Amino acid sequence: MVDEALKERDQSKSPTPTRTVYGWGWGRWAWRTLTSMRTAVILLALLALAAIPGSFLPQRNVATDPAAVPLFYRDHPTMAPWLDRLFLFDVYASPWFAAVYLLLLVSMTGCVLPRCAKLWQECRAEPTRAPTRLSRMDGHRELSVQSDRGSVLRRATEILSRRGYRVVQAPGEVRAEKGYVREVGNLMFHLSLLLLLVGMASGKLLGFEGRAALADGDTFTNVESSYDEFSRSALTRVDELTPFSVTLDGLDAEFALSGSRAGEPRKFDATVTYLQADGTEKSASIKPNQPLDIEGTKLFLTGHGYAPRVTVRDGTGEVVFAGPVIFLPIENNFTSDGVVKAPNAQPTQLGFEGLFLPTAPTNEGDRSQFPGLIAPRLDLTAYTGDLGMDRGAPQSVYAIELDGMEEVAQKQMRVGDSLELPDGAGSITFDGVSRFANFQIAYDPGKEISLVAAIFLMVGLTTSLVVRRRRVWVRAVDSGSTVTVEIAGQSLTRRDLPPADLVRLERELLSLNKSLERTPS
Amino acid sequence: MTWARLSDDLVVATMMILALAFCLYAVSMAQRTTRQRGVAKEPVTTPAAASSAAGGALEHEPEVGPPWSERTARIASVMVVMGLVLNAAAVLARGIAAERAPWGNMYEFAIVGSTAILGAYVAGLSRYPLHRLGIWVIGLVLVTLGSAVTVLYTPVDALIPVLDSYWLAIHVGAAIVSGGAFTVAAVTSAVQLVRPGRHPERDEMLERVSYGLIVFAFPVWTFAVIAGAVWAEAAWGRYWGWDPKETWAFITWVFYAAYLHAQSTAGWRGKRAAWFSIAGYIAFLFNFIGVNMWVGGLHSYAGV
Repeated sequence: MVDEALKERDQSKSPTPTRTVYGWGWGRWAWRTLTSMRTAVILLALLALAAIPGSFLPQRNVATDPAAVPLFYRDHPTMAPWLDRLFLFDVYASPWFAAVYLLLLVSMTGCVLPRCAKLWQECRAEPTRAPTRLSRMDGHRELSVQSDRGSVLRRATEILSRRGYRVVQAPGEVRAEKGYVREVGNLMFHLSLLLLLVGMASGKLLGFEGRAALADGDTFTNVESSYDEFSRSALTRVDELTPFSVTLDGLDAEFALSGSRAGEPRKFDATVTYLQADGTEKSASIKPNQPLDIEGTKLFLTGHGYAPRVTVRDGTGEVVFAGPVIFLPIENNFTSDGVVKAPNAQPTQLGFEGLFLPTAPTNEGDRSQFPGLIAPRLDLTAYTGDLGMDRGAPQSVYAIELDGMEEVAQKQMRVGDSLELPDGAGSITFDGVSRFANFQIAYDPGKEISLVAAIFLMVGLTTSLVVRRRRVWVRAVDSGSTVTVEIAGQSLTRRDLPPADLVRLERELLSLNKSLERTPS
Repeated sequence: MTWARLSDDLVVATMMILALAFCLYAVSMAQRTTRQRGVAKEPVTTPAAASSAAGGALEHEPEVGPPWSERTARIASVMVVMGLVLNAAAVLARGIAAERAPWGNMYEFAIVGSTAILGAYVAGLSRYPLHRLGIWVIGLVLVTLGSAVTVLYTPVDALIPVLDSYWLAIHVGAAIVSGGAFTVAAVTSAVQLVRPGRHPERDEMLERVSYGLIVFAFPVWTFAVIAGAVWAEAAWGRYWGWDPKETWAFITWVFYAAYLHAQSTAGWRGKRAAWFSIAGYIAFLFNFIGVNMWVGGLHSYAGV
């Protein structure tokens, strides 16, 4: 088909180099092969296949759960290092994935740029001349008009120009072509993919993504150390983060109370106050789908949970810890676990592991019955000994290093209860419950570029698939007192030639008859 | 009667009329088979009879009027159109009952998805003699609706906060529309791959149908992915994160892109291109069902 001829790279130029340089021929052949449509199809299939493993194996830097890869390592200690060597935990940043898409982009560019040049030439050249046998083309029709050749061709030119064709009137025939914008759309689509890559790359190179959990009343300051987790990019300037601070004033969560989906979240909003570098203080509400944008750095509310408030006293009666402690939910009804550490306690350091249930069952069970705060219970296990926090290795705030610790007491506590540790080591009091909110904080300077690329992509793709490029020819031959007119067209795409243009042309040319009949009275 | 109840009843009505259409398509298939056997046994006398025995879908039949198999299939097709109307009404009633776009959980995806498949099939039917594929398409729709009312059924309820956005209507709506067209294209491609070359005219027609459907669905799918990226940016702070659902949307997109490129590559049209259509559809289906059930990720709140 003609579309092939259009789409295939211009192969017709005969390879007749004026001088033969060793290696040139091979290079030419390699480039031809790389930029051919067949290679593109194969590379596309490879790209699709290469993307698959990343959806089944935990991925670093892209996964929702940052602990997924370490967890996989723990569960599959022999297999994991081998998968890691094959970059299977970083599929989308792996050299082999990059190899496929870079080859594809090179192949595409190598195919598209010559086609841009070709389109430019075609737009400047005249539409192709009519084939000798018009009857073999699409929608061929023949009519005889009582008029002269000149006026038939003039009229045809007029009609086709009005329909948006590029028209050339040659002796005895009219040549017209329409739908160049299809190829423009096609090229725009392919080039916008390059722009999209630029947008994605600048986000990856200059942006960052981080996470921070804030309990009611906590303040977050936008410096790297405030983040619970911070993934920087190659060129992120950590000392140049947008200066601001955010205080969580309150969190409002509601759950469906009845029905088959009782316990499903129905609403959760965070009310915050934020302070910017210029001293302005504003209040805002952050909800799912409604982030807070502070000069390009965006805060998204991604999760929430409970932070029991406790007071810890040591053996001397000093308060060594007081306030809310973030407990991470482990299931949909917000059964949550967390730890309290009191490294400054005397005479021995104190640590507590706990399970928090917002709605405790009436029996001894240790699973919350509902996500809302109805009957809170805190199950604590107390440890004394060495927390190991001065050994230098960084510790998670959500776990206790139990190596140097000894379990001394356990208790299920309601709000207001206290747990006295044996041997006068200290005590802990469950004062109440606050909420905490999880924020995802992101800065992506490339996203506007990506959005523009996506719009170009969409417009280009739609144009290239909707617009039909086609040619129309009108040939007029004198035969006695009448003119025999032949009309035919050709679709340059896979779809059929739309008959409307030819039908209209035929009708309007036949109307020359009537006007002639009327005029010479 | 509440709108929710009405919607449930309409789904049942849709299934009944489609079941009837399915049976008629089966009858039509049987009529065609017996007729072809009968013709093949007799000595072939005229070229017209010979070509009709070859069974090309576009052949002019030598008998007076269309054969019985065609008539039965036409009645079935009329029932499919009625089924489409009923199904669309069920979706509408569900939307009124829920006061939102009715595609917020798997049950709703299934009933809207079957509307999309029926819509794409009827659209194809209006231009090509596709009714011989009816039995496969309607079979698929019946399985979809059947699992909707048995396994997936969820009463009308409000959305969870992450889904409560107008992007739901746009992103998921576009995905479902393209899904309907992809489904019918997958059926035509699959039939094309069964003993290709035996009926060149049939293969040509099937290829035109799949190509037309994919040319329509590919930009819609692209739009669904882009809208999803815009929504992800607003909801999670990044527009692309290789979440399993995103990854499989990408894989689907790339397979269909390969299909379109294969269509304009010499020697790749026909069988090879049809494989890409099938591969794209498997990726699409896996994304819709498999990712929710076995893989998880950020999109898994929709439940099964």
